[in-house]
Amino acid sequence: MTTTADRPATSSPTRVISINDGANIIVSHGDYAVIGTRPVRHDGVDKVTGRAVYGGDTRLNGLLFGKVLRSPHVHARIVSIDTSKARAVPGVHAIVTNADLPTAEDREVNLGEGGGNLKYMSDNVLASDLVLYKGHAIAAVAAINVHVAEAACALIEVEYEVLPAVHEIKAAIAEGAPLVHPSLTTKSLGKDTGVHSNITNHARLQIGDPDAAFARADVIAEGEFTTTMVHQGYIEPTNATAMWYADGKVTIWTSTQGSFAARDSTAQILGLPVSRVKAVPQEIGGGFGGKINVYLEPVAALLSRASGRPVKLIMTRAEVFQATGPAPGSYSKVKFGATKDGRLVAASAEIYMESGAYPGSDTGAAMRCLYSPYKIDDMRVDGYDVLTNRPKTAPYRAPGAPQAAFASEQVIDDLARKLGMDPVEFRLLNAAHEGTRLVNGPLHKKVGGIEVLEQTKAHAHYQSDLGTPSPGTKRGRGVAIGYWFNIGLPSSVAISVNADGSVTLVEGSTDIGGSRASIAMQAAEILGVRAEDVRPSVVDTDSIGYTGVTGGSRTTYATGLAAIEAARHVIAQMTARVAKVWSVSPDEVSHDHGAFRAGTRSMSFKDAAGHLDETGGPITGTASLDPQGHGGAFATVTCDVEIDVETGKTQVLKWTIVQDAGKAIHPSYVEGQFQGASAQGIGWALSEEYFMNSKGEMTNTSLLDYRLPTAFDVPMINTVIVEVPNPGHPFGVRGVGEASIVPPMAAVANAIRDAIGVRMHALPMNPGAILHALGTI
Amino acid sequence: MVAVDARTATKVVVQATINGEPVQFLAEPRQTLLECLRDVLSLTGTKEGCADGNCGACNVVMDGRLVNSCLVLGVEAAGASITTIEGIAPVGGLHPLQTAFLEQAALQCGICTPGFIVSASELLKRNARPTEDEIRFWLAGNLCRCTGYDKIVRAVLQAAEMIHPAA
Ligand code: FES
Ligand code: FES
Repeated sequence: MTTTADRPATSSPTRVISINDGANIIVSHGDYAVIGTRPVRHDGVDKVTGRAVYGGDTRLNGLLFGKVLRSPHVHARIVSIDTSKARAVPGVHAIVTNADLPTAEDREVNLGEGGGNLKYMSDNVLASDLVLYKGHAIAAVAAINVHVAEAACALIEVEYEVLPAVHEIKAAIAEGAPLVHPSLTTKSLGKDTGVHSNITNHARLQIGDPDAAFARADVIAEGEFTTTMVHQGYIEPTNATAMWYADGKVTIWTSTQGSFAARDSTAQILGLPVSRVKAVPQEIGGGFGGKINVYLEPVAALLSRASGRPVKLIMTRAEVFQATGPAPGSYSKVKFGATKDGRLVAASAEIYMESGAYPGSDTGAAMRCLYSPYKIDDMRVDGYDVLTNRPKTAPYRAPGAPQAAFASEQVIDDLARKLGMDPVEFRLLNAAHEGTRLVNGPLHKKVGGIEVLEQTKAHAHYQSDLGTPSPGTKRGRGVAIGYWFNIGLPSSVAISVNADGSVTLVEGSTDIGGSRASIAMQAAEILGVRAEDVRPSVVDTDSIGYTGVTGGSRTTYATGLAAIEAARHVIAQMTARVAKVWSVSPDEVSHDHGAFRAGTRSMSFKDAAGHLDETGGPITGTASLDPQGHGGAFATVTCDVEIDVETGKTQVLKWTIVQDAGKAIHPSYVEGQFQGASAQGIGWALSEEYFMNSKGEMTNTSLLDYRLPTAFDVPMINTVIVEVPNPGHPFGVRGVGEASIVPPMAAVANAIRDAIGVRMHALPMNPGAILHALGTI
Repeated sequence: MVAVDARTATKVVVQATINGEPVQFLAEPRQTLLECLRDVLSLTGTKEGCADGNCGACNVVMDGRLVNSCLVLGVEAAGASITTIEGIAPVGGLHPLQTAFLEQAALQCGICTPGFIVSASELLKRNARPTEDEIRFWLAGNLCRCTGYDKIVRAVLQAAEMIHPAA
């Protein structure tokens, strides 16, 4: 048994773990009553006392527990499935396979935020004729408990015809590679080439003539880089509970980043109108993009229909790794050219990203973000989506951009070295700003790249020296910058006024890291009440208007805007009521800082709320909107590493992340986003990978072998919140969840280069990779 | 009245003390303590992140030892005294660690939080004023994917200060 109690609590670690001061700095703008303060989050007490109900905590009368049978093969044809022995097990209530799903058409469906191919979505939930990766779902059992369901699963007999497979990008794009989808042909630059290959799509973005521009460059740097598949690594396993009622209506209880997305996908896969499906979002234990797609919801619904009872499914950790969507691995070639005086003049790149078992990867976003930090007149990037016999990839925090930045920011570092320039100075000299053209065509809107780089340069960390390495080690410092464009999407909020002057706020955005607080605080600021006077609730899809997923760094921006509009709607109605009380025209009543005024008269929000009964009854303010004014964000990471040249182990000693938040509504949770992404980045850089054997099977499917960073692996994390307001939001919010994961891997690689003089071309940069780079092994 | 038929019964009666209260529950021999707490006793504050001893989300205190409840069988709890997240705070109040986690914003999604609070409470019993390194070392068995640990470390330092204020 593993227990921390077996270790003495006072033993001193034998190494330097952190030489950080962990300071949090805010370069702020604006003067607000609530915005920028740090109240205790509204859902906090439930979460620190264990009362909060997460997906796995769902309890319903008559609940059955399910288990999914998964493919042991990486690629195979299903010849037959015999469930008869499993059905005979006492305690088994239902078994379902793809045959229980409606026949899915091979067509694109609109899910509100990007579409999907219905056949692929359906086949990924329960395989029809082919299994395309190890862990692909084949059948599912509902039983009185999970042990019975598991035993029954083991008795389902599946006959397979094993097929040749492709395990990674380079093998998949090689001549004569086995095809994951033999019927698919490559689309290139919008046209169908008619060629059958594992490349499903080739896209190009180009501005100017980079080939000609390279001829004008005095200095050129280039490199090839690979990254491996990694997982979002949320601690709460994927889960779903469903009840198919006798009237044909279906309710799903699930941990999801988007209750409406879960409802719509489930309805599409089950062939039901959305009006028959209700999604009830439970508290969610992490997602990072990985809890947008549905995996278990339709299966739980089918099992419930067959058994007449509610059914709960929870994945094991090994299933989470093998059967949910990880982030794609990538292979990139990047080249930059500059003049002698350090001006970037040309760039070109090719990015291959795996999509796993079905088409569609993060290539487009990678292409959009790759050059965004810089002003370059001539640039081109080609992107390729590549099928492999691995799980269908899914978004992971700034999907695509970190892989691209791992390549581009190392080449930029090399270019600065060749030019003999300071890496931050070099980036500042070439920094994109408002009006700089992006490779996908539009111009940057107001954006804080220069401000972020200036704060990076001025920071005590960057100004400090590296200190004395421990014996047998070498130290180095690296810097990198990253960009994420952030998104908008629809959101809805309703605010009702209580007689005691408090308000309830109902929203559709699931709260994955404190967004109840950041939404409520924006409403409080407009209403002129305290953050704690707002009671926010995240409700089901029957109880609020359509709301997009909690993703794309959109929630504090877009749902915040809805909260602001709903609060303004409340104030407009309250103003009319106050006018009634004072017997004046509503035009004469104004509202600011929580008080209604007319001439010398003034009434607090709370007092006004006390008059609702006699002036016409309850007030609810609502807003549903689809905002378009989101603003992109830059982040830099500065990191110091210490490398043990004998063992190859890299320790991160010091870490500073600087990011443009636009406006930090609740600075603690903004810092938390920066710090969390930093730790994820340290894991992605140094230890995390899908380790595959020669058969294409993941061999490290536990959290022992798939190494997420622990508290002992990371230092305190300095943060600098830069606030360059986004003109598309009244408080300037940009959204903060994603830009911070873009630079870490490149920053660590640049620090390693600085320490040991070797350029790292692949992730993860684990001890073996370091020793290999050093020529030790 | 028919007594329990030992040949067909699949469950065992387990008597234990949970959060200070004597309880009896039925456990299948193959059920873990984590399953018993969550599915039998409705104590769902203890979370499952991995079920194989690698995340700490399920940590509880069993007879003064911090254990991964997913690695203990329910029947092993017979006669034991167990503290879960639900038993950490006094009635109507919060443990200083819970207050400190709230004030330091040491949780984002919160799924890891019960495990961290239970683990840290044991640390503070053994070491009233742990250093940053000692906190990181002790909590290395608890995974958090959201926070980067910075604010968790600060929360434990704050709770130590709350429990034993510096003179
Ligand atoms: S669930 Fe027990 S250690 Fe992860
Ligand atoms: S707060 Fe989400 S895992 Fe720790």
